[in-house]
Amino acid sequence: MTVDLLIDWLNTIGDFPVLAFILAVVISGIPLFLVMALNAMVAVYVERKVSAFMMDRIGPMGQGPGLHAGKWGLLQTVADAVKLLVKEDTVPESSDKVLFKMAPFIIFIGAFMGLAAVPFSQTLQVVDFNVGVFYIIAVGSIGVIGIVMAGWASNNKWSLYGAMRSAAQIISYEIPAGLSIIIPIMMAGTMNLQELIHFQSGSVWGILPNWIIFNNPFSFIAFFIFFISAIAETNRTPFDIPEAESELVAGWMTEYSGFRWAIFFLSEYANMLIVSGLAVAGFLGGWQSPIPGLFDSGAWGLFWFMGKVASLIFIMMWFRWTFPRLRVDQLMHVCWKVFIPIAMLNIFGVGIWKLIFG
Amino acid sequence: MGIVHGDQMILNIGPQHPSTHGVLRLEVKTDGEIVSEVKPYLGYLHRCFEKHCENVTYEQVVPYTDRCDYLAAMNSNFGYVVAMEELMEIKVPERVDYIRVIMGELNRVASHLLALGVYGLDVGAFTPFLYMLRDRERILDMFEYTCGARLLYNYMWVGGVSHDLPKDFVQICLDFLDYFEPQISEYNELLTYNKIFIERTADVGVLPADVAVSFGVTGPNLRGSGVKWDVRKDEPYSIYDRFDFDVPTGTGEFGTVGDCFDRYWVRMLEVKESVKILRQALKDIPDGDVHQAIPKKIRPPKGSVYRRTESPRGDLGYYIVSDGTPVATRLKMRSPAFTALSVLDEISRGWMISDVIAILGSLDIVLGEIDR
Repeated sequence: MTVDLLIDWLNTIGDFPVLAFILAVVISGIPLFLVMALNAMVAVYVERKVSAFMMDRIGPMGQGPGLHAGKWGLLQTVADAVKLLVKEDTVPESSDKVLFKMAPFIIFIGAFMGLAAVPFSQTLQVVDFNVGVFYIIAVGSIGVIGIVMAGWASNNKWSLYGAMRSAAQIISYEIPAGLSIIIPIMMAGTMNLQELIHFQSGSVWGILPNWIIFNNPFSFIAFFIFFISAIAETNRTPFDIPEAESELVAGWMTEYSGFRWAIFFLSEYANMLIVSGLAVAGFLGGWQSPIPGLFDSGAWGLFWFMGKVASLIFIMMWFRWTFPRLRVDQLMHVCWKVFIPIAMLNIFGVGIWKLIFG
Repeated sequence: MGIVHGDQMILNIGPQHPSTHGVLRLEVKTDGEIVSEVKPYLGYLHRCFEKHCENVTYEQVVPYTDRCDYLAAMNSNFGYVVAMEELMEIKVPERVDYIRVIMGELNRVASHLLALGVYGLDVGAFTPFLYMLRDRERILDMFEYTCGARLLYNYMWVGGVSHDLPKDFVQICLDFLDYFEPQISEYNELLTYNKIFIERTADVGVLPADVAVSFGVTGPNLRGSGVKWDVRKDEPYSIYDRFDFDVPTGTGEFGTVGDCFDRYWVRMLEVKESVKILRQALKDIPDGDVHQAIPKKIRPPKGSVYRRTESPRGDLGYYIVSDGTPVATRLKMRSPAFTALSVLDEISRGWMISDVIAILGSLDIVLGEIDR
């Protein structure tokens, strides 16, 4: 929407359609990058604090304004970012240098493009596609090319293992995730994210909000399959086998340092935001208030959307600091023998449900 | 597993790797993820422990034993002084015996806590590790309160101990046990009974009892395979015959007897048994002078002795040959972690790389003791 509005506005000034298009894309792209950076900074800080409280620690207390040693470590991630920026950028002697340098950008592009379609509120969305859901799922899988590239180009056995595991994992888990997100599409009859969210307004029996997750038992199950698959797609514990610290050192990121590594990190957190955003838009009512009719207007939309996304990200962190890691074959077992059959039955079930009650 | 066979790839795990538990190098032959051979390379931590002991007096050996099993230095001391006392036929005061048992069992708890926590880390669970280190910290505090050191104590001397217990030590230790016992169920809730943890460890790396015996595996690893052998029970030394405790063995609760879960679970049960011993020892501890039996000059008679003790890692033996001078002619240490590592190749063939890490973690090796 933002891009369209900008193009319209620029067209009123003068008649230069190509320039207007480029300007509009750049103007809306910069805030998107800032969102990405800000998201990573906040998420890293929160992750540190959350993990600290779960582990009976206090977490970072050093950096930040306030007392001489900082107050709550608020500037910890800023310090981290500065550290990563000034770190030596090492490229291994025997690596494939072109691919090695290209890989972070490809992963970054995947995350960046996905973020463009996330509906932050009624009006705050860079591009309002008519195939938004499809688009996010599609660009989400660009990242895996970058991962395989990084793993291969590093010329390191750990990286190779990590990349192969990651490719197998992401490609496998896209199937249950895709099959589950079909359910909201079936219910609402649209792939447009805004229309999907509008479909979920109002309430069921006056108490529950009319979100797709509460619509019928099949969509309830579908949400959990989607969410777990989303965790697997973002390579987080218990599915963090591509970067399994105790096995593969750092997986496909082993040879990366400094800002190239920071880009991986940025993309990882952006991906968390995107998949949570898709889960929220598809199942949890997007920017709709949980109490129908209350605080439902304009700016509150952003608040509700980000609140829901933050809760999902918190649950991802909770998982990470609670569960051990699965093994490769167990991971595949869960995907192919458990999730995919259930997801398929779900589609069947929703079809019948819609036929009877819809 | 492993129907398609490609070329084999040699993968070096270590010497710098997050989960080799020290400076160990594993040369792993892999076919994809599946491991066909594991060859451990040792010696990165070799410090000539045994040669050193032939050049220093008997008293000066004690600090060297600390550095062998640095996670259970009290038990390393314990084995050496018990062997020396047997060679010199010294009868130590009752109080010294009790103090040694208390320290030895506390250190066993500390060592097992680290082993269990790090095992969680090996299979990817971070939080239990920090919970266990938090409680281990309190044990180290107690050691520091007693002898001033937190890791390498040089506490047990031939014929006695370096410092008597502080006056309020018994109360502090009892308070700790009251705090600690409920924590064990918290670890179990968080890690042991976690479905993923069971999936990762049950039926993995099965060590059958006969293989364990033929490789000379001892301690919790042997008991995990269902063999009820504990030096404290079967060849009692010091005053271990006075205490009432069980020897837990692996039962194959979620899989086969002798799998990784059994080895893990035996350690958890042993922590409970140690707490039992500690409570009895703290109740009965008599008064006395801890320095009374320390000889002015350690000059054992001509002869030799072999004494084994139960360290947290198993059968820790010292073989000491004396020619009547204040310096040992030969001192040999039998390291339980060494034999445990030797069985790694046998039990990890055909498993995946992730499993090799899990199996290595379940053997609970300490490289300081293997390389000596």
